[in-house]
Parts: sequence; C-alpha cells; structure tokens
Amino acid sequence: MEKKFYTVNVYSENTVGILNQVTNVFTRRQVNIESLTVSRSSIPGVHKYTITATTDEETIAKMVRQIERRIDVLKAFYYLDDEIIFQEIALYKIPTDKVMEHGIIEQVVRRYNARILEMNRGYTVIEQTGHNEEIEQLYRDLEPTGILQFVRSGRISITKSSIERLSNFLAEMEAKRLASEQSYK
Amino acid sequence: MSERINGAEALMRSFKEENVTTIFGYPGGFIIPVFDALYSYQKEFDCILTRHEQGAVHAAQGYARVTGQPGVVIVTSGPAATNVITGLADAMLDSTPLVVITGQSIVAQLGTDSFQETDVIGITQPVTKWSYQIRRAEDLPWAVARAFYIAREGRPGPVVLDLTKDAQTQLFDFEYEKCRFIRSYQPNPTPDQADLALAADLINLAKRPMAVVGQGVMLGHAEKELYEFLEKADIPAASTLLGLSIMANDYPLNMGMVGMHGNVAPNRKTGECDVLIAIGCRFSDRVTGDINTYAANANIIHFDIDPSELNKNVRVFLPVLGNVKQTLPAVTRLLKPARHTEWIASFKTYKEQEDKQVIARDLHPEGPAITMAETVKCISDKSGKQAVLVADVGQNEMVSARYFSAGPGRQFVASGGLGTMGFCLPAAVGAALGAPTSEIYAVCGDGGIQMTIQELGTIMQYQLPVKVVVLNNNFLGMVRQWQELFWDKRYSSTRMQNPDFVQLAASYHIAGRRVEKREELSEAVQQMIDHKGPYLLEVHVEEEGMVYPMIPAGQPISNIIMGPSEK
Repeated sequence: MEKKFYTVNVYSENTVGILNQVTNVFTRRQVNIESLTVSRSSIPGVHKYTITATTDEETIAKMVRQIERRIDVLKAFYYLDDEIIFQEIALYKIPTDKVMEHGIIEQVVRRYNARILEMNRGYTVIEQTGHNEEIEQLYRDLEPTGILQFVRSGRISITKSSIERLSNFLAEMEAKRLASEQSYK
Repeated sequence: MSERINGAEALMRSFKEENVTTIFGYPGGFIIPVFDALYSYQKEFDCILTRHEQGAVHAAQGYARVTGQPGVVIVTSGPAATNVITGLADAMLDSTPLVVITGQSIVAQLGTDSFQETDVIGITQPVTKWSYQIRRAEDLPWAVARAFYIAREGRPGPVVLDLTKDAQTQLFDFEYEKCRFIRSYQPNPTPDQADLALAADLINLAKRPMAVVGQGVMLGHAEKELYEFLEKADIPAASTLLGLSIMANDYPLNMGMVGMHGNVAPNRKTGECDVLIAIGCRFSDRVTGDINTYAANANIIHFDIDPSELNKNVRVFLPVLGNVKQTLPAVTRLLKPARHTEWIASFKTYKEQEDKQVIARDLHPEGPAITMAETVKCISDKSGKQAVLVADVGQNEMVSARYFSAGPGRQFVASGGLGTMGFCLPAAVGAALGAPTSEIYAVCGDGGIQMTIQELGTIMQYQLPVKVVVLNNNFLGMVRQWQELFWDKRYSSTRMQNPDFVQLAASYHIAGRRVEKREELSEAVQQMIDHKGPYLLEVHVEEEGMVYPMIPAGQPISNIIMGPSEK
C-alpha cells in the first residue's frame, strides 16, 4: 500500500501515563513519529495530541483504533493534509552583526511574514509560523548568516470539516451517563 | 456513611463491595499492610497462597475462566510485579478479567531506584487493559471501583493497581461507590441497525453459511442467543480454541474446531462457504493460516464488541459492532427459518476422512506406545458431564482440545493467544476453587508442568481435588514436531530428562501412579477419578507422537497435512 503522510489527532483524559500508551501503539508497529504536540484542548480536562507519521492507510486506521482502545483515550482520528489546516512554529537565533551585514530584515518580514522577537547586540531571534516547507526555506535563506540555534515545534492542526466529531462523541457519552444513572435509581 | 480507616482495610471493604470471595496472593515487604488486613478477613475471603507470583496470576485466570468473574491477585512490588507480567499478557490476549494489586515502594522514594521498586505502570501498560498507581489512600475506592468495572465490562481484560505503601497505611474517610460509567470508555457500543439488517439479508441469501464461534459468546453470556441464531437459519458452526465448550460436542450443528490443529471439515469448509459468520472471535493467525486465501469464496460477517478487532486481521465484508448478547438476537429476529440439509451433510465427507486418517490412528494405534489422544479420550469418556479440563500448551493442549468432549459450559480452559507453557497447573488451582463441584483435570506435558511445578505445594496445602495428568514423552513435543516436519529432524534442545513425577508428587503427599502399558490405562484413569483429593497420573506416551491434522503456519488451509505419509 502507498505510504502517505498522516496527521493523527488523539483526545484523552488528562491522566498520567497516556502518552506512553499512545506512543506504544506506534512503537509496536515500528512507525516513526515525525512530530508530536500535546496540550490542553478547549474542553476542560481533555488533552489533545497531534502526531504526524508516514505510513499506509490500512496501518494508520488500525493504529488509530488501537489507540482508541486505551481506556483513557476519548477519540482518535487520522487525516491527510488536504483535510486539515495545520501550522508549525520555528525560532531562529542569528548573530546580530551578520543580520546587519546581510541586510535581511526586510526580506524576512516582507517575504516570510516572520517576526523579530528579540534583537540585541549579540543576537537576533526570528519567529516563523507556517508549513514545513516555508520554515525550511527560511532556514536555507538564513543559513549564510550562520544560524546559532534553530528550533521548531511539532504540527498543530484543525479539521476543515464542519462536523465536530469529538463534541458529538462527548454529547453521546453524556447521554449514556444519564441513562446509566437513571437505570440505577 | 463514611468511616476513618486505612487504605489496606479500605481495600478489603472495596473487595466486599465487588463481591470478591477468592484471592490469590503472595506477600512481601511492600504489601504487608494489605496482608495484615486480610488476616482479619479470613471468613470473608479465601486467600490462596501460591508458590510463585506467576502461579497466582494463572490461578486467578483459571478462576475467572470457569466463573466469569474477575480473578483477584495480591502480590508485592519489584520482582513480584515482574513475575505477574506473563499472566497479564496471557489474560490480555485471552480477554480474561483480572484485578491485580501490586505493592509499591513509598511515594517519597519512587523514581530513586529504591529497594524492590520497579516501574510497574510503565511495564504493565502494554499488557493490561488499564493500570494505575494509587499514591493516596483517598483515591483507593475510586481506583478499585474503576478497576473492577474495566476488568469486567465490554471485552474483559486484566487491570493492575499499583498500591504504594503510603496508600495502604494512610487513614481516610472511606466511602465506596461502584463505577458505572467512564466517559472515555464505551464497553457496549450501540449496534447499528442497518448493519444488523444487512447481516440478516446476507445470511438469508446464503446457500452455504458457516459460523465460527469464539470466546466472545461465552464472555457475553450469549450461549442461548447463539443456539437460537444457529438453529433458526440452520447454520453449521465451528469453535475456535477458546470457543470450545460453548456448544456441546454432540450439538447437531457443532462441526468441530477450526485452526492449525482443528478438524478437517470446518477448516476445509471455511474455503467453501459463501457467508462466514464470525462471532466473538479475533481471526488469530492460528485460525486463518494464510489470510490472503482465508475464506476466499465467502462474504465475511464479523460480530465483535471491540472496534479495534474489526478489519484488523481479516478484511471483512460486514463488521457488526456490539455485544453479541444484543446483536445476535437482533439478527435472529430478522432471519428467515431455513434448512441447509445438503450443505451440512457435505461436512460428513471430510469428517469421515479425518476419522479414518487421523482419529482412528490416534485412538487405535498400531504401535505399543500409548498415545496422548487415547489418554485424553479415556478421561473424557470416564469423567462426569461437568468436568473441566485445563490444558497446558503444546501437543497436550491440541490433543485435549480435539479429544476432550466438553460443554456446554465453561469446561475447557487453555492459554490461547500467548501460548504460555506452565499455565495449566496453577490455572487448575484457580479452576478448582472457582468450580468446586466439578472434576478438574490438569492435562499437561512433561515440559510445561515443570515451569510451574511448585504449585503442587498449593494443591497440597489446600487439598484441592485437582487430577494432574502428565503426558510424558520426554520431549518438548510440539517443538519436536516442527523440527521433525520442517527442520530436518534436528532435535535441538527438545529432548528432556525428567524426574520421577509420581515420587515428586508423593513428596507433596499427593497420590499418584505411572502408566506405561495400554492395558493399564483405563483402570489407572478410573483409579484417578475415584480417588478423593488431588492425584497425579503420569502417562508415558509415544515419544515421537504427532498432532494431526496440521495446517503449517502461514499456509493456506488447503495445505492441511493429514499424517506422516504426506510429508
């Protein structure tokens, strides 16, 4: 099967040790995680993981179901790039004298829409958000200045679909909870 | 009403709330407070001291498999916790409900490589349904309630609670509320009505339907629903290894067992049927052989409660998600009564072939050596209707599956998915406690019994009426069989020099007898059955015996080997 680049979104309860359980599913099938971002979601108590990996669809579909099988995982989904809006962030630290020498500030701001976060005598920190290619292109452009440090985040993403699958799931589970309480009364 | 007690006492009260009656355990440093509390609960709980923590888990598995209730285990931290891993992995693969309590170091020392500290959560997560560390006594009732809910509900499985010393000794206000709901867990997914209707349509149109019955039917307590389903549409059915004893052997629609060493007819018919209805099974590679040729002429309908099993091993035409207790009767209502007389009769040809080429040779061998099959058949013929056979792993297990007439009921217990040698003896301990009115036969090989043979001590201490049958061929028989068939008879590390098992049993004050001649077999089996209390029967069987039929691993079912002449 053809290998593609997938973005996996996992929603879980905020309990200790779930990250391990999620990554174990990848380890077992020796699928390399390209990037991983974990943070609170907009729903109280629910954490969201955004994981990217290259594999075939059959594998990713099975893995997502095996992730969902973990008790504290609420839901997991997988997407191709055209189904989501996604972003990464990168920081570049460059010697300030080189920045002056190369006169790149205007280019960085106009062409890349990047921001200057800090500038002092010693160094300048530039922030770039965008897709992988844009971040890499800026890296190449800045390379002649002698990059001191470079760091990038994993991908974060939002679905294009108008159906909010997690909210639907939570509503469904809330109905089940109420029903179960009724039946024990 | 709440009351101030310590965590260990709270554990006892929580167990009572969950109707626990039997506990398998082994004490140690970081679990002493819990065992101290147990001392005051000797009337409420049978606490069975095994001889090894692995034995405690397998015993709990045996108990769970015959009762359908979670097996409960209490062990200490560190080496005890690592000793339970095999049993946890086994229970995870075989969907056996367990609640395992491991002691743990004091909270302040966690992460410092303190004495008998291991990362229990880290190492148990991959082999459990849920594992959780309890650091404060006040979290204990919540965690225990959740543990029993998770172990029992939906597809059952093992749960670990890692109980720190602090949580065992702290005082707190105890209050218990049973867990009835977990937001992130759907134990009983709602069936899709359209799927049920489509399943019924497919079955109504089928000319050659066949069902494969897995343990899910037993776990879902859907035996009655299964019979009604099969009978209404007249569907021949076969069991998986763990599905054995759901249908009685003489049930007219029972066509035997599928899989590597299963019966010829249902295996062959898997390739001939037009609709294959898999019920509560997971398409183990031991059942399917080569998945690309498996059930090649059939639309497969797969009933299962676990969404991650659907389309995992075999691509199916129609997955039907849900508890078979609900989905089966819902489909049955939509079925048209049908008769498939000719199709069912066509199984007979293969059955006769197997009777002639395999079973006759197994039960009436030409050579003087006793066969495993004769022994198991003899036990099956002489034992009562409620007898439970607990098998070990390897040839003894496959022969037990083939020749022990079990069911209907929870009467065949074996380690399926993990194939854990050493499972039998401790699992029989648990089975004896879970089914005290049944005869319990622990059928094992000379290799497997020695992996957990110390549990003879447990059998002795509690005088459990387990009948241990050692099918001794002085070989690791199944590996030797593969070496003979596929590795040019290079018997690398499979020849085994054995102790005198009867004398060994005698040192545990367990009566026993050795049988070497066929003439003595029947009488010796009768003597074992008539004996009150535990017994060990050592049967010297054919050293280089084979289990046929056999579908070589990963090969199409059509490559089934019927006997030595074909290889």
